[in-house]
Amino acid sequence: MTEDQFISIEQFCLQNQVDHSFVHLLNERGIMEIIVLEEHEFIPIAKLPLLEKCMHLHYELEINMEGIEAIQHLLQKVEDLQNEIITLQNRLSFYEPGE
Amino acid sequence: MEFIDYYKILGVDKKSSEDEIKKAYRKLARKLHPDLNPNDKEAHKKFQQINEANEVLSDPEKRKKYDQYGKDWMHAEQFEKQKQYQRSSPGGGYTYSEGFGEDSFSDFFASMFGGSAGGRSKARFRGEDYQAELQLSLSDVYTTHKQTITIGDKKIRITIPAGLENGQKIKLKGYGGQGVNGGPNGDLYITFHISNNTSFKRDGDNLHKTVELDLYTALLGGEVTIETMSGKIKLKVPPETQNNTITRLKGKGFPVYKKEGVFGDLFITYQVKLPTHLTEKEKELFRELAKLKS
Repeated sequence: MTEDQFISIEQFCLQNQVDHSFVHLLNERGIMEIIVLEEHEFIPIAKLPLLEKCMHLHYELEINMEGIEAIQHLLQKVEDLQNEIITLQNRLSFYEPGE
Repeated sequence: MEFIDYYKILGVDKKSSEDEIKKAYRKLARKLHPDLNPNDKEAHKKFQQINEANEVLSDPEKRKKYDQYGKDWMHAEQFEKQKQYQRSSPGGGYTYSEGFGEDSFSDFFASMFGGSAGGRSKARFRGEDYQAELQLSLSDVYTTHKQTITIGDKKIRITIPAGLENGQKIKLKGYGGQGVNGGPNGDLYITFHISNNTSFKRDGDNLHKTVELDLYTALLGGEVTIETMSGKIKLKVPPETQNNTITRLKGKGFPVYKKEGVFGDLFITYQVKLPTHLTEKEKELFRELAKLKS
């Protein structure tokens, strides 16, 4: 991985006016991964949408860490179920020609 | 342009206090926030509506203007021109990074308050994620190919990998909205809708096809020519092949997604077709056969 695949936590917190401890708490709960490079902390860019989502839930909807953890778990389930529905619909169309 | 009743959207009455409006908004936002309703277009739409309602009703100046001119927005436009309305920052609006740009607010809102909301104080450094849908046929996704698609006013040439499933969503990193303050671009998500334009039935990587077999080939064996996705092939039919016998043709199915050169199997179901319009001679011969069997 190269540095352009990461986003600085400091920059994220500054621009979004959130506390560093928020990202650390997410890290402690295994929701977010923190990567340390030359004494600076980063998160993978791929995880940025997740971090933004957690930020919205916490700061805007006032959901605490336990709630975020539970929501994240349930959203993962929703995503898995949505994917399963697509797979089943595709299989169903196999048995129901013209549907 | 239709009048929008912001009070109705938030489920509050005109006399509601700022606190009551805030409470009503928070309650609805917790229910409809797009982060809590993935892939739910209806919830996204409603969330935009409550956001817009809150944008107006939580700001005393906007609320006053809305109450005064709301039902007659044409006057509000004149009012707008005269007063050169300065956008204020009421705060308290929720942000969402996916698909909420300048178009997040209704035309009604734009005509009254001039453009998008001013209340989002939080900087977003990552561009918006874009969502797109693409219609393809089964033959289209049999081979990996390039296709040019238009997103907004931008043309993007994308590689469509063979073996895509109907309903599959792929992410094109960095092809979403432009990042803010040097931040990364958003991503482009494309959902593929694949219609079957072939005589095959697809089950994942495997294909299925029914082939008619005449009675004599089924009984005595022979050869049939079968159309596969990659061309015609000749197939040996063993003698005494029963009706509904299934033959598997290894590697003649559908390409496996992101596995170059790997294919599923093609399953051929033989359907034995009995002859009709028999001549007297044929009937006689069948009777003789029947006698032999009994």
